[in-house]
Amino acid sequence: MAVMRYREALNQALREEMHRDEAVFLMGEDIGVFQGAFKVTAGLLEEFGERRVRDTPISENTIVGAGVGAAMVGLRPVVELMTINFSLLAMDQVINHAAHIRYMFGGQVKVPLVVRMPQGAGHQLGPTHSHCLEAMYLQVPGLLVAVPSTPGDAKGLLKAAIRDDNPVIFIEHEYLYGQRGEVTDGDDGVMRFGEAAVRRQGSDVTIVGISRMAITAERAAQAMADEHGLEAEVIDPRTLRPLDLDTILASVRRTNRCVVVEEGWPHGGVGANLAALVQEQAFDHLDAPVARVTGADLPMPYSKPLEDIAYPHEAQVVDAVRATFGDA
Amino acid sequence: MADHSASPTQQQDRSEHPLPEPDAAREWLRTMMLIRRFEERAGEMYAKAKIGGFLHLAIGEEATIVGGCRALRDDDYLISTYRSHGHALVRGTPPGAVMAELFGREGGCCRGRGGSMHMFDLQRRFMGGYGIVGGNLPLGAGIALACEYRETDRATLCVFGDGAVNQGTFGETANLAALWQLPIVFMVTNNQFGMGTALERHSAVTDLMRRGEGFGIPGVRCDGMDVAETYETVSEALRAAREERRPTLVEAITYRFRGHSMADPEEYRTKEQVEEWRRRDPIEVFGSRLVEAGVLEEDERSRLDREATEEVDRAVEFADASPFPAPESLYDDVYVLGDQVSGWYAIDERSPGVHKGEDERGMAAEDVHDLDRYRQAAARADSADEAEPRPADRAQEDEG
Repeated sequence: MAVMRYREALNQALREEMHRDEAVFLMGEDIGVFQGAFKVTAGLLEEFGERRVRDTPISENTIVGAGVGAAMVGLRPVVELMTINFSLLAMDQVINHAAHIRYMFGGQVKVPLVVRMPQGAGHQLGPTHSHCLEAMYLQVPGLLVAVPSTPGDAKGLLKAAIRDDNPVIFIEHEYLYGQRGEVTDGDDGVMRFGEAAVRRQGSDVTIVGISRMAITAERAAQAMADEHGLEAEVIDPRTLRPLDLDTILASVRRTNRCVVVEEGWPHGGVGANLAALVQEQAFDHLDAPVARVTGADLPMPYSKPLEDIAYPHEAQVVDAVRATFGDA
Repeated sequence: MADHSASPTQQQDRSEHPLPEPDAAREWLRTMMLIRRFEERAGEMYAKAKIGGFLHLAIGEEATIVGGCRALRDDDYLISTYRSHGHALVRGTPPGAVMAELFGREGGCCRGRGGSMHMFDLQRRFMGGYGIVGGNLPLGAGIALACEYRETDRATLCVFGDGAVNQGTFGETANLAALWQLPIVFMVTNNQFGMGTALERHSAVTDLMRRGEGFGIPGVRCDGMDVAETYETVSEALRAAREERRPTLVEAITYRFRGHSMADPEEYRTKEQVEEWRRRDPIEVFGSRLVEAGVLEEDERSRLDREATEEVDRAVEFADASPFPAPESLYDDVYVLGDQVSGWYAIDERSPGVHKGEDERGMAAEDVHDLDRYRQAAARADSADEAEPRPADRAQEDEG
């Protein structure tokens, strides 16, 4: 065990997997000489050389597509996109190709590709650099989707993603890069996709937090315990595909209340999806409608005070939880 | 229309490109015949509603397929487009597996999951036909990158149509391939129409061989109606890719004798133009050349064609005998289900009791599927009813 930052944990995962398997290599914009826009790949060019750490032109669709092609013939590419917003330029390769190739070719070929990218608001980057789009990828059959919120999960899930034979959308968060946490050494830290983490145990309400919002949910839960005597169970699904619905349902069946917290948009969001699944599977256990706390339904504004009220904080989570008890 | 394609008759001069060894020459002719007869039969099967969706035939383009792909080694890679039945056949995929794919059967080369636009044969290194115009270019670069990464001397032939040069992936991939010196050959099969839009109406620069120059990719043109010339041109490009890590853009000028797809009234070109190009039929021209060169007797030429037709007969028999994919296999191969992961990958919301899609294999089919509907659809697809319009036909009528 060691304490390190989220970005260092990711860096360690990449380094260890590249040492373990010659087929693993990195491609992305400014990941080499510049060491990554968020310094996740710092030192890797020096250690592994240009063959395995490849700076690319700004051509997102083609970078991802080249990763798909290389993966189809046996390599394990890890493609970094500078932010999730830029991944929209690569949607054709992600959905029409990476996600569908195995199925549409009758299972003849695997696509062991990882596409890493950060998301999230808070740095005054306006409408083209600040959004959380995990719900878009969650929708696509054929993809695995990871949304790690701690350094330990970041490392464990990235190692698992690289070893997995499916295409993985690996969504990091800009706010989280500097956060510290405990990280397991070496192969002991490889995690499994589809296993949620219960961050905090409680019997009054289940709060599901996605990506950075798992941290926000945990803080809100602590505040509620201190100020309102409410004990919330906080669940971080960690991966959205596969989804550990069983852990969420087991919790909701005990607490009879569920609040989903995400930074992305409300329409067709992760919370909308989870609300549907929970009511389908545990309707008789619910004492209140499933509540959602989401980012504002608009392009992210630049101005600091506007940006600050356009994505969720602890107070909104507390309010949403209290509303499930009929408290205004 | 650009000068190079204005008058096909100007290019009717006897090919001066050398013939291969007699056995190879006969094999080229026979494979072109197989593709032609296969495509004709596929068209008939489409008219009989044995085949659904869209069907893009390569009739007229056989020399680009055989000339280009015979320049490949067995361990090289080929990747192409939605007009790719011929690419599967030329790589050796059994015609029955290709026809069964068109029929949507379990015995299809993609188990009926891909259909006409999505052929694939990993064993023969045919890395797929793709339904998105230009979508295969980045994949081709990635395959070439893997060959380079593994320090092999394998090359990749990446085939696309003239419409694809206007996609962003063309410029992006050309730049990447030249920048990284990837062992790849880009081959634009210029049949002079992007669907129904003529070359000079979709491209400001119609001299397509020049379209890679700004990215550092030199271009070369060949007569795509001449199998020997196409072979020679692609062979040299593959050599440069393999030995010098120098990508080339090969423009093969050709013409499709049939519409873009079967649902194409061909109102964008004249019958005279089609007839003019038909006089340069690559199979007729090459067959006659072989006879004149003494490589082939006339009766042997007829026999090769008859054998191709018989092979297609057997392909249809195989496809007809192959079952439709079982309903229990609906969720097969969405994911590689390994030891690494567990949980809800796919969710089946179509039946009562929401459950994991991947669990369906362990469940009784009647519990999760509308088997009446499945059986009715299978019966309809299995019957040869010429009166019944296919969904794709209806889609175009609705749009019109």
